[in-house]
Amino acid sequence: MRVSYREAMRQALHDALVSDPRVFLMGEDVGRYGGTYAVSKGFYDEFGPERIRDTPLSELGFVGAGIGAALGGMRPIVEVMTVNFSLLALDQIVNSAALLRHMSGGQVSVPLVIRMATGAGRQLAAQHSHSLENWYAHIPGIRVLAPATIADARGMLAPALADPDPVVIFEHAQLYNTEDELRDEPNEDWRCDIERAAIRRPGSRLTVITYGGSLPKALEAADELARDGIDVEVLDLRVLRPLDTETIAESVSRTHRAVIVDEGWRSGSLAAEVMARIVERCFYDLDAPPVRVCSEEVPIPYAKHMEDAALPQAAKIVAAVREVLNV
Amino acid sequence: MNETGDMTEAVTGMPERPFAHRLLADMLRIRRMEEKCAELYGAQKIRGFLHLYIGEEACATGAMHALDAGDNVVATYREHGHALLRGVPMDAIMAEMFGKAAGCSRGRGGSMHLFDAARRFYGGNAIVGGGLPLAVGLALADRMQGIRRVTACFFGEGAVAEGAFHEGMNLAALWRLPVLFLCENNLYAMGTALDRSESQTELCVKAASYKVPTLKVDGMDVRAVHEATCRAAQQVREEGGPFFVEFRTFRFRAHSMFDPELYRDKAEVEEWKKRGPIHSFSAQLKAAGELSEDGFLDLDAAAEAEVAAAVAFAEAAAWEPVEDLLRDVTTPGGRS
Ligand SMILES: Cc1ncc(C[n+]2csc(CCOP(=O)(O)OP(=O)(O)O)c2C)c(N)n1
Ligand SMILES: [Mg+2]
Repeated sequence: MRVSYREAMRQALHDALVSDPRVFLMGEDVGRYGGTYAVSKGFYDEFGPERIRDTPLSELGFVGAGIGAALGGMRPIVEVMTVNFSLLALDQIVNSAALLRHMSGGQVSVPLVIRMATGAGRQLAAQHSHSLENWYAHIPGIRVLAPATIADARGMLAPALADPDPVVIFEHAQLYNTEDELRDEPNEDWRCDIERAAIRRPGSRLTVITYGGSLPKALEAADELARDGIDVEVLDLRVLRPLDTETIAESVSRTHRAVIVDEGWRSGSLAAEVMARIVERCFYDLDAPPVRVCSEEVPIPYAKHMEDAALPQAAKIVAAVREVLNV
Repeated sequence: MNETGDMTEAVTGMPERPFAHRLLADMLRIRRMEEKCAELYGAQKIRGFLHLYIGEEACATGAMHALDAGDNVVATYREHGHALLRGVPMDAIMAEMFGKAAGCSRGRGGSMHLFDAARRFYGGNAIVGGGLPLAVGLALADRMQGIRRVTACFFGEGAVAEGAFHEGMNLAALWRLPVLFLCENNLYAMGTALDRSESQTELCVKAASYKVPTLKVDGMDVRAVHEATCRAAQQVREEGGPFFVEFRTFRFRAHSMFDPELYRDKAEVEEWKKRGPIHSFSAQLKAAGELSEDGFLDLDAAAEAEVAAAVAFAEAAAWEPVEDLLRDVTTPGGRS
């Protein structure tokens, strides 16, 4: 069955709501409006206003309430419209959700899932387009996921809800309309792991490491390179915290070269962290210095040609691979 | 008027004819410009988010005419009309929406981020509530430098739920800063109706709880908006402290071009449309013998002509060269 990323996410949420009465969805316009990205369309009528809880514009308040509800025995899924708005809730996420377990000496856990859209590409300008996944990936105490495929959109929510600690899920806005085949056997367990990175395309000459909205661009670049006889591996990080260093090291020590693609800005980026780990783990296996393709150091501009120029693109990835391979 | 300054029933005298015509002309300029924007969005000339102000024109029009050229203005992402009446040329607004370098924000901001520092228009801010603390700071700077001016801050009723509203309101009152808080209450924040998001739907009561004086006024009536804002601005100028005005209004269109409007009845929208600010004001003027049908058509034709010229300007304007991508992240020339 061919489904969209949006539909896969919707099904995952639906399963969660049906299978566990402790689960509820809360956020701005998740109910009557049908969800900013239409992920929860129809849920308000099906599950009612208690479990599909529209909130006022109070990011700090309702994310904090989600933390409290998690402490109190519920399994809240809190939706924040976009990562830019999550900054209004950053205090609760970083100073409470991530720390309570530790500060209480292990007495309490916060089984909270926070979902948010991220990323650029739709000309929404600087206040709606940023990729701040690395900010969250910096914080001990939370797990950070970036489903980039339909299967991960379908399968990551259940294990995230089963995690006793806070999980932040980043859904790149450009992915919602992507489609792929999804197995549709009845009683299928969609659950996937939320520990490991995944090789999305095996290859021999170089590893392209990426996540989220840049995965389709990396695969497009790999296709183009393959047409020229250049066989590259594409690795999808999937889990941004804790990073799966093993899978990265295994791949890079096999291909001996790496290009890291990240929609975040280069300075202080997740790509920088991945590169550091490659250098720590695979220094003597490398045949060339790793290279990064990141967003340019500029707030995302509105004008289309400028936005395109600011972001990683397949052509930039191809060029970076050619540079590293010297072909 | 009640204790929180309810002026919704107030009927005011007709303003002098030239000024009345100016108000009507300005509402028409906003309306025609935005109708064109919607069309251009369909043609994919304008992209990203586009939030139309159609139905709410009386608010910006009445309020802007109550301000002085030296005042500061802070607005939201639904700010095309505010920018226009602040004096930002329609050419520059349209070019901005096209993403052209001749736009008022060089094409970097788009519809939601119109700026004009020379006119003290401190932007379209797309973080709900984001403008309020900024307005407080602008007013603080004026106070500290002994500059006498008002900072007008427009925001939707949705912002009232944000911490920034409460923190900003308190600071402005505590420090007695000359901020004119102008709340455009169009009853919906995206799909969320006011009574589904606020326990206290009387917004003036919230402001009053910070000891900020308030007025509530019919935001579909340009004269009432103008009169209320004049009174509020005058009090801010004379006494120095903040003031809160609530405009009761309604957006006739969807929240943005992505909104299928599942959350409200067509009937509700139709009911409000009957009170449309442009036709109700022109009807009042006609009834008072202050406007003829030809007079109306002349004003409308002038607005249409201005829009046509702005679109032609935006079409012909150049794209910013990609080599300039990294400009304007920091200030050239370093520290001052
Ligand atoms: C902090 C923040 N949260 C959420 C949003 C998404 N959003 C944009 S406009 C809007 C509704 C705001 O309603 P209101 O303040 O009443 O203004 P209106 O759109 O009605 O003019 C929402 C939820 C945002 N831009 N900023
Ligand atoms: Mg509103």
